[in-house]
Formats: sequence, structure tokens, C-alpha cells
Amino acid sequence: MASVAANPRYEGKHHLAHHFDTRRQQFDSHKLAMWLFLVTEVLMFGGLFCAYTIYRASHPEIFLFAHTLLDKNLGAVNTIVLLFSSFTMAWAVRAAMLGERRRLSALLAITLLCGFGFLGIKAVEYNHKWQHGFLWGQHFAYAELQDYLAGHGTDAATGPAPDPAADAHAAAVMAELDLAAAVTVAHGHDPALIPRNVHIFFGIYFVMTGLHGIHVLAGMIVIGWLLRRSLRGDFGTRNYTAVDLGGLYWHLVDLIWIFLFPLLYLIH
Amino acid sequence: MPESDRSHRPLPANRAVFGTTDTDSVHDEPGGGDLHPHPVPLWMLGGVFATLVVLTVLTVAATYVDLGRLNVWVALAIAAVKGTLVAEIFMHLHWDRPFHRIALLAAVAFVALFIGIAMLDRVTYLPDLIPGHAPGVQQ
Repeated sequence: MASVAANPRYEGKHHLAHHFDTRRQQFDSHKLAMWLFLVTEVLMFGGLFCAYTIYRASHPEIFLFAHTLLDKNLGAVNTIVLLFSSFTMAWAVRAAMLGERRRLSALLAITLLCGFGFLGIKAVEYNHKWQHGFLWGQHFAYAELQDYLAGHGTDAATGPAPDPAADAHAAAVMAELDLAAAVTVAHGHDPALIPRNVHIFFGIYFVMTGLHGIHVLAGMIVIGWLLRRSLRGDFGTRNYTAVDLGGLYWHLVDLIWIFLFPLLYLIH
Repeated sequence: MPESDRSHRPLPANRAVFGTTDTDSVHDEPGGGDLHPHPVPLWMLGGVFATLVVLTVLTVAATYVDLGRLNVWVALAIAAVKGTLVAEIFMHLHWDRPFHRIALLAAVAFVALFIGIAMLDRVTYLPDLIPGHAPGVQQ
């Protein structure tokens, strides 16, 4: 590694803590600890995925119906935003390793902006649910749901576009399940079946996306901190641990969304 | 700890999996225990991002095809491929010490075990489930 010593690239501000023998050992210890933390994160979300699986297996009609109240397009756009931010974050780690100071700061700033973009789109979605009372437990407004479905076709600007094929499919699945409790209401031109206890879906939706959103927020705080340190000139070829580990956290947040998106928005 | 104690301690057989220890890092690592960064090539990062976008489009498109019960499994399979790409390339697992990958896979395996056994338990109360009557607050 003589080339590292002779390398003119920016090294960053680095030091070896007294309880480590070498930089390599210091880095490996930090990275191992980060991975063990990520394991606990996966297990925490695992509990929510378990609740999701049990409820969806037991009451598929709730999920099939309720997911049509989510905006698939906004969900897909948010997925792309998060994937792009993961790309810029991975690039930022590369820039830190290569000692590219300006590029590192720029990439961290872009990643942070993507975080704001994700939460902004999420806020638009939450606001729509809030306005129409598509909430958890007893806060779910069943009366407004019928009004909402009745005005479905004319309210395309604020809600998901009507999808006759999906409606027909949902009706067929519900007929197959022989749902005695299903209620038929007139909704514009299409009859819709509203299953009981739709609020269960929204309880799961808000807890899963909410906990994920808190993670996005935490990741943005970490990236903001990394950006400040990057602008200060802390990071370089011999000090990129914090960028690397912050990146791992951000990628995990992306990883969880990769599973949340099809499970919540793309139910068939 | 005196230096002599350290150098005579036998190296663990699983060193390659668990990473450096205080004994081997100084003497056995190339570069004498200095950092040896491995920046992922930019074309690879860009390629992974492009693939992830294509797979996202694919998973949205797949919901318009009626595969019955298979739909959810197709969606999960695509998500698994995307997740693997993120973990192996973006999270650097492909070039890391194998223990990090083992830790992540163990976490996923335990979540699968958790969900699997909870689903087995569901069989117990399955006869009591009434389709369309989920437990919940009164409407």
C-alpha cells in the first residue's frame, strides 16, 4: 500500500483511538457494530411484517379493497426517489474513499434533498388520508368512505384514478370468498364492495410507513451531520468510516422500503 | 497485555469469516493494518441504480397481470432481487468480510422463522375465522 502514502489525494482528519492497534482494526470494529445494529433494525421491522402477514392471510378482502385508496403513482415515484438517493449515497462513499472532497459534499447534499423529497411526497399522501379520514382504529371515517367512493370519478385530482378493471377484480375475489358481510354501495358508475374493518389496513399502513418515515428522518439527520463534517474537511482516503456507516443505515432504510412498496401499494 | 502474550496466542480458525483480531491485524494484513479502501466503480453503481428502476417498473407492471396467488410471490421475488443488489453492491457486502452477510441473512432467516411459526399457529384458530369479519372496533 505504498501508493497510499504517496497518494496526493486528500486524506481527511484521522486519528487512531488508543484502544485499537491499527486503523484497519478500528474500521472493522466500527463496521461490525454497525451491521449488528442493522440486524436489530431488521428484527424490529420483522415484527410489523409478521402482523402484516397474519392479517393479510386471514382477511385478504380488507387489503385488496383498502390498497385502492392509496396512490400507486406517488408510491412508485417515492420508490424511485429513494433508490436514487441510495445511488448518490453509494457514490458519496466512493468519493470519500477517493478523497474527492467537493464531490462528497455535493453528493451528500443531493442525498439529503432526496430525503426531503421522499418525506414531502409522503406528507402529501398522509394529508390525503387525513382529509378523508382513512385512519387507524376508531378514527377511520366509514361514513366519509362512502361519500368518497360516490365522488370517486370526479375527484381525480386528489385521489387515485378510478380503475374499473381493479374494481371488477376485487368484486370477483370477494364473490369467490362468499363475503356475506360485504356491503354494496353505488359509487359513481361502478358498484363497490366495502369490506368490514378497513381500518385494520390503515393501522398497519400507518405504523409501517410511519416507522419507516422516522427512519428516513433519522437518516437525514445523520446525512446532515455528515455533510457538515464533509464541508469541514473531516473525510478523505484515511477517514471515511462515518460516511460508510451512515451510508449503510441509509441503504437499509431503502431496503425496507423496497419491500414495503409492493406489499402495501401493489396488492393484487 | 504484554506483547509476548499477544504474539503467542493461536489465531482463530474462523478468522477469515469474523474479520481481523488484535493478533493478526498487525502482522498478517497486507499494508500492516492500514485501511485499504475499495471504491465501487461508478459504472457499477449506475448499473445497479438503472437495474433497480427497471425492476420497480416491472413490479408495478406485474400487478396488472392476474397470476392469482402467485402475484404476491412474484412481487416478493422482485423485491428480493432488488434487496440483494442493494445489499451486495450499495452496502458493499460483495467485497466485505463474510460475517456481515451472515449477520444480515441470519436476521432475515429469523424474521422468516418468526412469521412462519406465527402462520403455523394461525392454523389453530383458522376454523374460527369468519371471512369478512375481521376483529376490530365497532363501525
